[in-house]
Amino acid sequence: MKELTARLDALRGDTEPQSLDARAISSIVGNPGCGRRNLLDAAGIDKDELARAIRHPMYAKPSRMVLARGAQFEAQVKASGGAQLLTLLREDIGLSIPEAEHEDLKTIGGNEGKLARYRNTVQRLTAVARSAQDGGTLFDHPYLKITVAGYDVFLEPDLVAVKSGGKFYIVEVKSFSVIDGQAPAAAVEGAELQAAVYVYALRELLRSHGFDEDLVADEAIFVCPQNFINKPFAARVNVRNQVAAVRRMLMRMHDLDTILSNLPAGLTFALRGPAGSRSAEELKAGLRLVPARYAPSCLDTCEMARFCRSEEQGSTAVLGRQVREELALDTIGEVVGLARGTRLPGPDQVEQAELLRRAQQYRDELLGSLM
Amino acid sequence: MTVTYVPPTAVLDVLRLLTEGPQPGVVLNSPPGAGKSTAVTYMAHHLARHGDQVRVVAQTNSQVDDLVAKIAAVDPGITVGRYTAYGYPVPATLAASNILIANRFPDLRQAAIVVATAAKWLDPVITERGPWAIIDEAYQMRSDTLLRLASTFERAAFVGDPGQLDPFSVVNVDRWTGLAWSPLQSAVAAMLANNPDIPERQLPRSWRLAPHTAIPVSDAFYPFAPFESAPEQGAREMWMPTRSLGNSPADRAIEHAAANGWAFYELPRRHTVRTDAEAVAAVVALAVRVLERGTMLRDERHPDGARVTADRVAIGVAHRDQMAAIKTGLAETAYPNIRVDTANRLQGSEYDIVIVLHPLSGRRDATAFHLESGRLCVLTSRHRHACIVVARDGIPDLLDAHPSADPVPFNTQPRFPNGWEANQALLEHLIAHRIRAL
Amino acid sequence: MSLLTSLARAHASDQAVAQRLTTVRHLHVSSEPLVFVPLAMAGEAHAPLAVMIGTSPDTPELLTVAQPRNRDQQVAFAYELAKIFAAYITPRTNRRLPVRAGASGVQYRCADAPQVWVPNRAGVEFIRILGRSTRLRRSTGEWAVPRNIPVMGKWLTFLADRAEYAGSAMLVAATDALTLHWATGQSTEEDQHLPAVLGWIAPPPGMTGRDAARACENPLKVPPAGPATDPSFDNGILEPLLAAYHQAASPAASRIAEDKIRKELRKQLDGTWHRMWQAITLLRDPSLPAGAHVGVRWERDLDAFTQAADWIATSPGAQPKRDSAVYAARRLYWLERAQQQYDAERAFDDPMVMAEARMIGEAFVGTVIAAVPNRRVGRSLRPLITVSTTDAISLAAGESGLRRPELLDQKTTVVSVTRDGDTVMVELELREGMGSGREPRPGTVPAVGDSVCYSLFKDDYRRAPTLPRKEDTPWTHGGPPKPYLPTEQDAQEPWS
Ligand code: SF4
Repeated sequence: MKELTARLDALRGDTEPQSLDARAISSIVGNPGCGRRNLLDAAGIDKDELARAIRHPMYAKPSRMVLARGAQFEAQVKASGGAQLLTLLREDIGLSIPEAEHEDLKTIGGNEGKLARYRNTVQRLTAVARSAQDGGTLFDHPYLKITVAGYDVFLEPDLVAVKSGGKFYIVEVKSFSVIDGQAPAAAVEGAELQAAVYVYALRELLRSHGFDEDLVADEAIFVCPQNFINKPFAARVNVRNQVAAVRRMLMRMHDLDTILSNLPAGLTFALRGPAGSRSAEELKAGLRLVPARYAPSCLDTCEMARFCRSEEQGSTAVLGRQVREELALDTIGEVVGLARGTRLPGPDQVEQAELLRRAQQYRDELLGSLM
Repeated sequence: MTVTYVPPTAVLDVLRLLTEGPQPGVVLNSPPGAGKSTAVTYMAHHLARHGDQVRVVAQTNSQVDDLVAKIAAVDPGITVGRYTAYGYPVPATLAASNILIANRFPDLRQAAIVVATAAKWLDPVITERGPWAIIDEAYQMRSDTLLRLASTFERAAFVGDPGQLDPFSVVNVDRWTGLAWSPLQSAVAAMLANNPDIPERQLPRSWRLAPHTAIPVSDAFYPFAPFESAPEQGAREMWMPTRSLGNSPADRAIEHAAANGWAFYELPRRHTVRTDAEAVAAVVALAVRVLERGTMLRDERHPDGARVTADRVAIGVAHRDQMAAIKTGLAETAYPNIRVDTANRLQGSEYDIVIVLHPLSGRRDATAFHLESGRLCVLTSRHRHACIVVARDGIPDLLDAHPSADPVPFNTQPRFPNGWEANQALLEHLIAHRIRAL
Repeated sequence: MSLLTSLARAHASDQAVAQRLTTVRHLHVSSEPLVFVPLAMAGEAHAPLAVMIGTSPDTPELLTVAQPRNRDQQVAFAYELAKIFAAYITPRTNRRLPVRAGASGVQYRCADAPQVWVPNRAGVEFIRILGRSTRLRRSTGEWAVPRNIPVMGKWLTFLADRAEYAGSAMLVAATDALTLHWATGQSTEEDQHLPAVLGWIAPPPGMTGRDAARACENPLKVPPAGPATDPSFDNGILEPLLAAYHQAASPAASRIAEDKIRKELRKQLDGTWHRMWQAITLLRDPSLPAGAHVGVRWERDLDAFTQAADWIATSPGAQPKRDSAVYAARRLYWLERAQQQYDAERAFDDPMVMAEARMIGEAFVGTVIAAVPNRRVGRSLRPLITVSTTDAISLAAGESGLRRPELLDQKTTVVSVTRDGDTVMVELELREGMGSGREPRPGTVPAVGDSVCYSLFKDDYRRAPTLPRKEDTPWTHGGPPKPYLPTEQDAQEPWS
């Protein structure tokens, strides 16, 4: 473990490690096969900075207006000791929560280190878990931990954990709005995956302290604005499938050791070396050594995407999963060559080559001069 | 050899709830081979004793024919009606004297039990409402069909396997997502969404799947409502009367499947077209070899042992072009009539040996279609004795690279596990039965 | 997605420029489209920030809202927008032409229908949400808004609803219209970015399509086509300007601030505005003549529009928030039917679309090598023909779904399929569609030497299902719905 940490530190250089937020975790889970990102994230490397340094920046920065609006909504819901939240949980969701209080686990730890904060969360939650009563406390910002590819990741989710009817529920305030009961599909998908990571993490926490995992409900609760107004609305969604998927994804992730063992000893992604800023070419050369798995969805989820896309230029991966599946070949050169008959198919390409030639023949015949 | 049917508590419960319960509906979930049609038969006869005609709804004509034969066989004194479309060729199996076949509804008046497809029950000539309906394969029926059908009965039992493929539509719009009466869901899902208090029961034991088969299927596809193999069925056995000459991988796969219920016949890693010629040839060869070797089996139906015949072997695939390729391959063998079909059409059927071309075999990328858990569930739960899955090496890696999130829209309930996870779970089990083809 | 379109994408990527997918245009393009480019306020729940709109490339109108949480401003914006929509739609509702004199006498149908263009699918969603937020408002009472606002809401809802029908052309996402006809060398995900798609299809001189598309990804150079704004624009420009507007001490100061906001928003929208017209021009190109059924589908749009016009003119109510069970089931039937028609018609109109069916062996083109036109089985005319094709068909004897596009009411049964190397001989028995004479009507049985196409596409007319009346909705589907009337709360709903 020490060795691993040292290696990861070396990869990063002497900047502070970036901690992963929930979005990052659900992105990892969204493409668990990518060693490049797993490694960069594990090392706490600022991928945004790195992408800039290699001149493939991602343009989408969070809009402050969006953040401000989200924060404002959350503050509104949690104001006066979570009064609005409590009403929603009691009335909309039907949880019975006795004389509740709001306890922000973020402020309790002060400026202490991660471990101390994690311990504090553990202490508070296990105390409630042990008790036969629900206690009624709304625990805001619990500090959680999961193991990703063999290293510990601390999570500081914007969520409330509350015990009701003998079970812990995870409650998240979201800023996407629900109109006539419908929320945008992509937002729901992301929110559920994140919630599943939290359910999983909370279960791990309780399990490792001798409690039954079932203490954490399969259902996550989302609080969102509804119908063009700021009046919050609460929905309960069963995320058991996502939890099962997250569990397996984490289980199947390749260990960093395997990735690291294939990399040269002195490799680093530090933006500055002894001789000042390192060149983009040097950094890129390092990145190329780490196997990646680009898919167009990376453009929405990973800061390295524009670099990875340009690296994959000649690969069918840039065309998207479905197209790649249809083409059934690695490179665009192969596809075009086989279709035109300018390249001989390998022994395992004969069937696909025939289909491609047929397709090309139709294109030539029917589009002819239009092509 | 007929054993008297001892209805499981679930069936008795369902009958009680249906006749006396506060709700107009009740759901009977049936995992693969859990005796669904036997339960339907029993329920139909039981309800018929109340004196009113019992309506039984199935989804396809062949399902109806099977049910009619089964229901009529129980009691020659009870007339069973088969309501058909004009010109429908009724199979010879429906020759019993207590079966009444008619394409005019009034002609079926004396039948105590009438069976027809949902489409036929929607015939506008049926104006009066019947007191009872048993809706079989209700998870295959679309919500909009139920909307039309519901006026034909007072109370209904919805029977079906929740692990099957969802009903299908060529359109794909978000407009009804999360709506309790969305027409793009199964009839059962719609009914439950609108009536959350409707009770659900489950047949607890599979009579089709032997213990070593039931566990992986239950774990992968029914993790939230597990089932087990019925112990009463006693031991199952499958063996080859002849020793194979040489020791080809195909023979080893067949022998392994005979002994263990499963074999995972793995071809070398390669990305292929859907109609992967090698995989198609392997599937054909396995099917032929099973029959050539005179594979024998023994079970509660054949206590003295019986030889596996071509009509007890099926081949399951994901795509129609694969079906066509395999049929072409079989045409040149001594067994051109082995059934080859897609998962959709194999739903509800049962064979002694099933050979499956894994939907992800040779794929470079997994799409939602490939990952749909119902598809793999149907394919790997049709067999009484053995299932041989043929696939290219490399599926676990492929799955690792393509997790699918399967979001659950607000106001809906997940009824089935995540396809990605189910695929992984089954594969983890199959790997233990791997026989490499080369 | 099919191998043909995937191959076209590979070529596009290889040549760094988009490739044609079709021989014809499958979309009606109006002679007077209304282009609608919306921007939404970041972070607000679907609040419009700005709209550039108009029927002529040179005279766009720009509407903006500086303070989306100010109800008066939202109402003023909606009022102006509603005027523009009314000016575009109302004349079209009025001009009607007689069609098909049936038993019920002559029916009149609108001669033209609106065609609204938005940049992408998110734009369609914007229209849907804007329709939802305006149609339930009241023009009387405490929360009254001008009457044209709920009317616009009904029209926008109608347009968004109609956009779910395959082949409808009343509300068009430019990205979809383009990528229906051209394959880019990027992924479908990236194809929702209008500037990039246009970059691939029509790169500026001296630039490859790929480079043009990549250049469009920098929002500082090419603002996104909305409705979401570029976050760096939000952070660097809009937010400070909104703050200045908010803090303006005098009406004059606030007018100055507002002008600045408008100026910046115009800059954000201008590029997209021109690209929208570029997209329309590309689709009007003579190298892309309209497919034979494009007009038929537009007539279906005209029918739908005529009905909507009558309903909106006479009914005081608005479309409900969600569909009832009965309406949803009926709608699904029509959506499925539209999809089937669309798939079939496109294949009939365009050999490139038919080629997709040929690729998977469900259609073939070949030459008739034998014909027995006068064959009879019993008393019925049952001609036999044999077609020789090199298409890789996957159909077997007994298949009865094959039809010729020219003669859809003629049914066939495959009698035999014989293969000889790459050539396949398909023997077909024909029935129906040959007239009632002793001999088949001329032209109804293909002759030796004719080139024919057979496919599984047909216009399967399935009668609309009889559904229960709404008030008879069964318990399985929630029972009879309560009649919906816009409530006080709907009228009052803030705009963001
Ligand atoms: S963008 Fe690159 S590094 Fe990031 S997940 Fe995708 S492939 Fe991996």
